[in-house]
Amino acid sequence: MKTPRIMTWVAAAAATSLLLTACSAGASDSGDAEQKDSMTIAFTAEPVNLDFTSTSGVAIPEALMENVYESLVRLDDEGEIQPGLAEDWSLSDDRRTYTFDLREGVKFSNGADLTSEDVKFSYERVQDEWKNELKSKMDIVESIETPDETTVEIELKKPSNTWLFNLTSLVGAVFDTEGTTDLANEAIGTGPFTIEKFTRGQSIEFAARDDYWGEQPALDSVEFKYFKDAVSASNALKSGEIDLVSNLQAPELAGEFQSDDYQIVSGTTNGEVVLSMNNAEGIFEDKTAREAVMHAIDRKAVLDTAWAGYGELIGSMVPPTDPYYEDLTGVWKYDPDKAEELVDEAGIEGEEFTFTVPNLPYAKAISEIVSAQLEEVGLKANIKTQEFPAVWLDKTFTEHDFDMSVINHAEPRDILTVFSKDYYIGYDDSKIKKIAEKADTGTEEDYIAGMKEIARTITDDAASDFLFLFPNLVLAKSDIAGIPANRVSDAFRIADLSWN
Amino acid sequence: MLTYAISRATQFALSLIVASVVVFALMSLLPGNAAQVALGTNATPEAVAALEAQYGLDRPPAIRYFDWMIGMAGGDFGTSYVTGAEITPVIVDSVQVTAILVISAIVLSILIAVPLGTFAAVEHRTWIGVTISAASQIGIAIPNFLAAIILVIIFSLTLGWFPSQGWMAPVEGVGGFLLRLVLPVVSLALVQAAILTRYVRSAVLDVMREDFIRTARAKGLTRTKALFAHGLRNAAIPVITVAGVQLATLLVGAVIIEQIFVLPGIGSELIRAVANRDLIAVQGIVMVLVLLVLIINLIVDVLVPVVDPRIRNAA
Repeated sequence: MKTPRIMTWVAAAAATSLLLTACSAGASDSGDAEQKDSMTIAFTAEPVNLDFTSTSGVAIPEALMENVYESLVRLDDEGEIQPGLAEDWSLSDDRRTYTFDLREGVKFSNGADLTSEDVKFSYERVQDEWKNELKSKMDIVESIETPDETTVEIELKKPSNTWLFNLTSLVGAVFDTEGTTDLANEAIGTGPFTIEKFTRGQSIEFAARDDYWGEQPALDSVEFKYFKDAVSASNALKSGEIDLVSNLQAPELAGEFQSDDYQIVSGTTNGEVVLSMNNAEGIFEDKTAREAVMHAIDRKAVLDTAWAGYGELIGSMVPPTDPYYEDLTGVWKYDPDKAEELVDEAGIEGEEFTFTVPNLPYAKAISEIVSAQLEEVGLKANIKTQEFPAVWLDKTFTEHDFDMSVINHAEPRDILTVFSKDYYIGYDDSKIKKIAEKADTGTEEDYIAGMKEIARTITDDAASDFLFLFPNLVLAKSDIAGIPANRVSDAFRIADLSWN
Repeated sequence: MLTYAISRATQFALSLIVASVVVFALMSLLPGNAAQVALGTNATPEAVAALEAQYGLDRPPAIRYFDWMIGMAGGDFGTSYVTGAEITPVIVDSVQVTAILVISAIVLSILIAVPLGTFAAVEHRTWIGVTISAASQIGIAIPNFLAAIILVIIFSLTLGWFPSQGWMAPVEGVGGFLLRLVLPVVSLALVQAAILTRYVRSAVLDVMREDFIRTARAKGLTRTKALFAHGLRNAAIPVITVAGVQLATLLVGAVIIEQIFVLPGIGSELIRAVANRDLIAVQGIVMVLVLLVLIINLIVDVLVPVVDPRIRNAA
């Protein structure tokens, strides 16, 4: 009697589980036959639309620059300016007028030819219609002339070394005069790819053009997929659903990929992870107090603990790919005894200060070890975690309600922005302002010398602690070639990627 | 019956209005603002103010509230601050994903819990009944995100049967759609099934002690037959109520599961909107969630009298 009754119940439960197996039966047929002309890449920050002229943030240029839109000039992997849509260019003797010779035979993806009019239209549009805050990089442009179809003369209000560099970023993107009607949904550029499909919050599918002016990319189609969670992204790589993780936000996961099937590429970015101190008010207004912090921090230990040792020690606000880089890691040596003396001298032992920490993985990890190191020398950090971006931007960045904070300043060549008087750090920039002016308007040699001096001055002033350079950490299947090691521009270039 | 319907409808509308006021007020208390987040660390205070004006955030709260309410009454949730796109189609698309997820999960958990719970009740003195009971106790203790991680490790990374993440709309391919649905649905359903199993078990146990079951057995029915003919319908009443409450908690659970499996559901939209301080989108999404919970409660209230004539006649 007993057995049949159990069997009835078991059958009922089994029927349920059958439903599941029915579904899983289809699993095996989902392609292992890898198509070698396509690639799927994981990214973190997702674009809310396709229009970087009206929307700020890294996500849109990361997807579109160099892939869909191109500028007159571009940056190579080493941070050097190279020809883009302009074959070459010259600078007038007064260093105010750039003359660009455009490539011939360049077509936009809507079939229109690239002419000098498009360049004039695009760059004037930056000043007139852009809402992205980066548009101020074009404020220096006085006038744009188009003597013929392939020549553009751009006159600046004053000489500027930074301007040509800025042109390699999104403000340099060249649009078709007829191609800006629906930028949020439709991207028409001269680049090697077009956007086949944009699914907001999920993915962008790129298709290679067959009428691209330059070398035909190796891949026919590329998909960007967006993962907020680094673990989900690395799982997707393990199970073969994606081929490459573009910038891993959890370096501790990299260890799981140390095998022949995968490659780990670690390079530089423009992101300086800054332990920022409020120079304008509070406990760190006093330079001695800031010096105490500089000697109290063991940056190597911070890097090893917080970011698994990936990244580079820099000692200043300059990444190694910038022309004015100088190794300043020796200026503030880790010296807890010295730090303790300075704490005594400043009379701040045991005084509590506010350490606002954005709720980002690296910032949280750093805040723990940094506050432990500070405690060793008698400095007491009161950690306040703030939601990023909303709360951190509001309280720390705008209201300057902080003594210490930690953030990755990711913009390229941002030393003068971050260390200007009105910025949240409140650095007294009177010393560097004149040097900056001279550097920008002088020759290239003047520029490099001047910017070096500025970087050194800021480091000498112990304005903030430059903990390390944020790494560009790429995980990929081992048979992918052409992965750019360094992230020097705002673009993630897919034209160079290929399968071995 | 008519008065009952009218009172239910009034209650429904009032709940919605109160919720809208609360949601709107809470949003105004959130620190940080959309203009600042959109402009990032390059922003000047003037630019932030200009963008706020463009978003309409400089208008008095009362006007913003009524603007929003009037739009919503006509099915228009407004325009997102961040994307500049209409919110209504975004909500419509993402609700479908979440609905598929949550309804599949509740159906699956009922399919598991009803037979298992009934069996555990009938066999409550044997080792099998005790095992089911203990297993469901453990199941309750596992949060669904943990279940999700474990399932991904076993069935995706180790066995390779299912993708570890992603979504495919049914129109793009039914096979791919089902395949991607399995792990998220199972991770949501397992925990709910464990909870439901315990309710079913205790409901059936209670029913089996009732006089009418004894009468049915005296009539010559076997225990199982008596249970099927007379017991299960009675046991269903508390179970339906609990399942309704669970459906609401599943909506919350779905927010986390959508993150783990990268599904474009309403939970993902909500998190994205909150992070960007896209308050008009947050408000819209929360209102839709409130509406869904109210509808679920309504369905439960309607279903219980259908199953139980005693309540139907009393009303």
